[in-house]
Amino acid sequence: MSQVTRGGLSARSELPLRAVSLLYLGLMVVLPLAALAVQAAEPGPAAFWKEMTNPFAWHALKLTFATAGIMVLINAVTGTATAWVLVRYSFPGKKVMNALIDLPFAVPTVVTGLMLVALYGPTSVLGTFLGRNGMGIIYQQPGIVLALLFVTYPFVIRSVQPVLLEMDRSEEEAAATLGADTLTTFRRVTFPTLWPAILTGTALAFSRALGEFGSVVMVAGNRPLATKTGPMYIFGEIESGNRHGAMVVSAVLLTCSLGILIVLNRLQRRGEAVHGH
Amino acid sequence: MATEVFAEAPTARTKLPWGRWLLITAVVGWFAILILVPALALIRGAFAKGIAPFLDALATPEAQQAFVLTLTITLLATVINTIFGLAFAIVLVRQNFWGKTLADGLVDLPFAVSPIIAGLMLIIVYGGNGWIGRWLEPMGIHVVYAWPGMLLATVFVTLPFVVREVIPVLREFGVDQEEVAYTLGAGRWRTFWSVTLPSIRWGLAYGITLTVARSLGEFGALLVVSGNIIGRTQTATLYVHDGIESFNNEGAYAASVLLAGVSFVMLIGMELLRKRVESQETVD
Repeated sequence: MSQVTRGGLSARSELPLRAVSLLYLGLMVVLPLAALAVQAAEPGPAAFWKEMTNPFAWHALKLTFATAGIMVLINAVTGTATAWVLVRYSFPGKKVMNALIDLPFAVPTVVTGLMLVALYGPTSVLGTFLGRNGMGIIYQQPGIVLALLFVTYPFVIRSVQPVLLEMDRSEEEAAATLGADTLTTFRRVTFPTLWPAILTGTALAFSRALGEFGSVVMVAGNRPLATKTGPMYIFGEIESGNRHGAMVVSAVLLTCSLGILIVLNRLQRRGEAVHGH
Repeated sequence: MATEVFAEAPTARTKLPWGRWLLITAVVGWFAILILVPALALIRGAFAKGIAPFLDALATPEAQQAFVLTLTITLLATVINTIFGLAFAIVLVRQNFWGKTLADGLVDLPFAVSPIIAGLMLIIVYGGNGWIGRWLEPMGIHVVYAWPGMLLATVFVTLPFVVREVIPVLREFGVDQEEVAYTLGAGRWRTFWSVTLPSIRWGLAYGITLTVARSLGEFGALLVVSGNIIGRTQTATLYVHDGIESFNNEGAYAASVLLAGVSFVMLIGMELLRKRVESQETVD
């Protein structure tokens, strides 16, 4: 690295550039985070606990974790299957589909919400039919899971795809030659290689889902103790002037999503160290 | 059964053709039901009464102001994050200093923050009794519930994109050519403009595209910092949200289709740029 810092560009301009960059980071990221942490903790642990466990906040937190959990279980299966199909098989329209996988990342969340309302909402044919048969989606909890599934669709696929592409297939072929059927080969040979990537994708999706607001607010209907998620609760408390309540639930959600990302980062670094990349 | 087919086809993949087609159908079907059908439902809703009402809905002054504000904020946020993102990437790749790993991790933090929480943080810092707001408000500078807050919110949520996309290409590029240019007498700016920038252009362009796409679609953070005021300054996403709340369905649907169309174009741009970046990385 000493060789790198000797470079002409960085010799004299090093300090001002670094100062400006770090100041920007401090002002934009560190200061707001610190303000949230300090002001959420300031009234003391008892007040924090009281805000967190008030029935409305607690229900919103539970709903957020439950819907994110269901979403992640579905995504782990469908995402892995999608990555598998896109890497291993060829079929008409595959290229188009592969290009469209990231669409949920590009579409604004509020538009995603409106898409789901347009399809399953009370004014649509499908929505009316489902509602009449007791399977209402919009303004119900399944709508939240559906919105989360939409916005997190690419995570597992994009995490598993490169691993499948790089995977050495001779072991799978050996297993097949020895008489293992497709499922056994997948379970005993392929899955053990894939699971870290599946875990990464699901963790990213879970972390994202804890904070999702735009799509959920459009489909959930905002009913306290029924369809109000954590981020919706935070928004409601800001609007009604209970800023500390909003900060406490924010601190809980942020700690969880940050914690997931930090653990993931550590695991990846350890993995890289082991594999020697 | 597996062994029978195996006898004719010795490669693992051709063993269960019906199972393979079942899986492909399931995967494509799931994609269609989850993503494509809702997208088509939105388009159908927007054009339910024909093209003329769709265009009329977009031509209202409210809709046009909303899109102008979105474009303005997007432009400013992209310029800010391109400049600082480039500086930050250079610092992280070329310099060594105490706390570098921490700074590197903190850059990604906005990705972990819910948009709603990002908005809340800005209110805490820049609101009337906030750490910075208490100094700005007496000077007549309003950040929260005004457009500077919306800009700050957009800058916050898009902060990591340019840094993250430029770092790998910058690392790949190395310093040899810069040193040559510098030795031959080119100044620091000259070296940056004519040597460094051209070689990282595709990675930078990819990062900028991601920033623009995310800026156009940002909603939660803007909703918080713009306050719940009737007739507030609206961006396109706020216009969609408020349209549904106030039963202006035509406006909300039309604006959504336009936003979705733009994001679709951005997605195609991203795909093309990503291929460029990847091919450049493999050539080097």
